Order: sequence, then structure tokens, then C-alpha cells
Amino acid sequence: MSSTARPAAADLDTLGADLARSLREDAAAWDAEGELPAEVRLAVAQAGLLAAELPRDHGGLGASPAQLGELCARLGGVCSSLRGLVTVQSMVAAALLRWGTAQQRERWLPGLARGELIAAFAATETEAGSDLAAVGTAVEEHGDELVVTGEKRWITFGEIADVFLVLGVSGTAGGRPAAVLVEGDRPGVVREPVRGQLGMRAAQLAHVRFDRVRVPRANAVAPAGFGLSHVVAGALDHGRFTVAWGCVGMAEACLREAAGHAVRRSQGGVALAEHQQVRSLLARAVVDSRAARELCLRAARLRERGEPDAIAETVAAKYAAAAAASSVAGNAVQVLGAAGCAPDSTVGRFYRDAKIMEIIEGSAQVCELHIADHLLRAHGHRQAPRPRPRAGQRPRGAQENGEAR
Amino acid sequence: MGTPNNADALTGPVVTKELSEFLTANLGQELAPDDDYFTMGLVNSLFAMELVTFVERQYGIEVQVEDLDLDNFRSLGRLRDFVLAKTAHRGAAA
Repeated sequence: MSSTARPAAADLDTLGADLARSLREDAAAWDAEGELPAEVRLAVAQAGLLAAELPRDHGGLGASPAQLGELCARLGGVCSSLRGLVTVQSMVAAALLRWGTAQQRERWLPGLARGELIAAFAATETEAGSDLAAVGTAVEEHGDELVVTGEKRWITFGEIADVFLVLGVSGTAGGRPAAVLVEGDRPGVVREPVRGQLGMRAAQLAHVRFDRVRVPRANAVAPAGFGLSHVVAGALDHGRFTVAWGCVGMAEACLREAAGHAVRRSQGGVALAEHQQVRSLLARAVVDSRAARELCLRAARLRERGEPDAIAETVAAKYAAAAAASSVAGNAVQVLGAAGCAPDSTVGRFYRDAKIMEIIEGSAQVCELHIADHLLRAHGHRQAPRPRPRAGQRPRGAQENGEAR
Repeated sequence: MGTPNNADALTGPVVTKELSEFLTANLGQELAPDDDYFTMGLVNSLFAMELVTFVERQYGIEVQVEDLDLDNFRSLGRLRDFVLAKTAHRGAAA
């Protein structure tokens, strides 16, 4: 598909809506089979939706934050794994756009924009979840190359990714954080697919081992240390924004299902919609969904204007939207009863997925810490000192990267 | 927060005042030019991003990856020098 055939950003909403409509019926099967079919990935990629916010001169559609958000809501309302594909692709693309060198942008962004390359964000390790400063994956300099050694866990689309943005520690810079792009076909990249996890079952998760993988030095993103903390924090900030909007889509989809069922389904000659307790569940679901959408719109506006507060407000939006998805999905399962528990139930699937949303890209508890930090900092509060590394532990960088994913 | 200050040549006192207002509003205290708010434990990685976003928006500059040195951001004085260096060409052009 040539770049001239790409749709204008103004058509993006229609494009997202059409795509969501055409895929909606298939998502339960993807969940059951634990895989997003390659042709679906291709369709979304060819429509330019995997990194729609990239500027046109890098091959993207130049989508605004609000447009990207709405796209994630539409895809999230179909399948969290599909939205997850957009999240990881755009996290890596955003990191390279913002902090890559001109050569790195030229080398990677067009392929990411067209979806010819699928990217994954490889940060989490067994001992480094919410506390990413604890990562132990080594990035060592070796002549003209970097040698990457470590084991990453729960990598979204890790099974099929063409390139991984790997977070590690630099072996020669005093153990400071380092990020490096590792192509998936390099010798020493070993993937172990994960199946049957609680939710996001079509997201082709994998544990990925990097066994002395050699990459050119040009694959290093940002200097180790302070610069790198921006790459990771920026990628996670972008990820939280897309997850938040995906949660809005999930909550709204569950609300539609629950309301439709309450109107159609009668028991003992009385429609469920006539029961006050059912109305109570629905009313709370309406308010939760609307509140989540408004916080996401607020974050989108602040991002559009380049406001410093956009980062903290994105955390708040993600926190609220994940909670809304979780609570609305739970209420929807309750209203649908046995139908909500069926193997192919949309609300049942979203109920499982929503719990994942309260954990990834900053667990609810980590989000609360950040939100409170932001408040207290403005009143002069000092951060509690971080615990010192235990004896024998690898020294950490001076900068905190402590973000959850 | 004022409008982006990206048209005129900037002076040290003006930049100091604007940066000081931002830091005071966000850190809840007035800081001396050499106070290192990173080592003082006043900030975290999210604030570091906010700081970069603020100077970009306020002064219409683009912070590049090679600018991401903690020494450019660790104190009011360092940040002022960084902003003045990034905007120096405007004064020359005027």
C-alpha cells in the first residue's frame, strides 16, 4: 500500500468505526484461540492504525491525541488484545519519535507506521515489575556492538514482534539504565509463548530470553541514565493514555450489552429493566463510563496543548478508566447472568481483561502513589528515600524509573 | 502560566522569574538558583518529564535527546542557562 493511499487524519474516526464494526463478531474466537489472526493484524496495519499519531513525514496519519484516544476506545470495545497491539506499537514509535536520533527515526518509524514491523516493549522481569529500576538485563559494549543478555516476562505480542525495545542496565556505565532495540530475528532471541492467562488472551504474550544477542551500537536509544529515564517514562505515559481509552471503550461496550439485555430479557413476566436493583447497577455503570471518558478527554486536551500536567492527568485517567472498565464489566456480567458467563460472552471476556487493565502500565496502587505524589509535591513534600540496593545487588542508576507495567 | 515566550530575545532575569514561578507552584517552595531539587528528594521521574514539557512549551524550544543531561535540569540556575543557550540564536537574529 503506497503512502499516498493513506487516509487523511480527519477520516480516522470513520476508519476506526468501520474496522471495529467489521471485527466485532470475531473477537471471541481470537480470545478462545489465544491469537490475533495475522490477516487482522495486517488489515489494521495497512489502514495505518498501528501508529496513527506519527506525523505524516514519518509515514503516520498525524492523528491528534483525541483521535488516537477515540481509535483506542473503538478497538478496545472490540478486543483488548487488538487495542494492546496499537498500544505497544505506538509506545515504541512514540519513544523513537521523541528521543530517537534522526537516523533512528528514518530507520524505524516508516516501517512501524505501516505495520511492516511489529514492535514490543520489553521491560518487565521476574524481579522488576512496578519497580523497573530493578531490571537486571545487561547491555554490554563489545567493540562496535552491544551485547544484550537477560530474560523479559509477559511481553505483549512478544511471540511475533519484529523488534523489541529492551530496557536493561549498561554494563560499562556504572549499571545505569539503558534501552536498546533488538530485532527479533537476531541469534539468541528465544521466545516462550504464554497461553491461558487471565485476560488479553489474544495478545500473544511471550517470555523472551536474550541470550548474548549482539546488535549494532546504533540500536541504543538515548544515553544511559537521565536521558533513558525519559525514554521509558515517555513510552509508559503513552501506553497509559492508550490503555485508558481502551478501558473507556470496554466500559461503554459493556454498558450497551447490559442495557440491551435488561430491555430484552424478561423473567416471571417482568423485564429486567423494570427491576430497581438492575437499574441501580446500570446507573452506576453509566456514571462510571461517562466519568472515565471525560477524564480521558481532559488528558487528551492537555496532551494536545503540551501541558506539563498532561502526564499526571493521564495517570489519573488511566486509573479511573481501568476502575470503570472493571466495575462496569462486573455489573454487566451480573445483569446478563448465565449469558454473561458463557464461553463466548463479550462482557465475560471484558470482565477478565479489565482486571489486567488495573495491573498493566501502572497498577491501580502505583497510579494512586503517583496521583498523591503530584498533589503533595506541590505542597513541598519530599519523596521518601528509595531503599538502598541489598549487598550483591547490581547498582542502580541515579534516576528513578519506577514505573509499572 | 503565561503564554509561550518564544518571540523575543530572552534575558536571564525574565527566564529565572518564569522558571522560579513554575518550580514554586510545583514543588511548594522557593528554591535558590543552586538548589538541586533532584538530590533534595523533591522530584521523581514524572516531574523530570513535566520539566522538559514545560520548557518546551514555555520557550518554544525542542529538547533533543543530547540535551537530556541531568546537569541541564538539576537546578533553577542550570535550567536558566540551558534555556538561554537554546534560545540564544533568537537574540542574534533580532
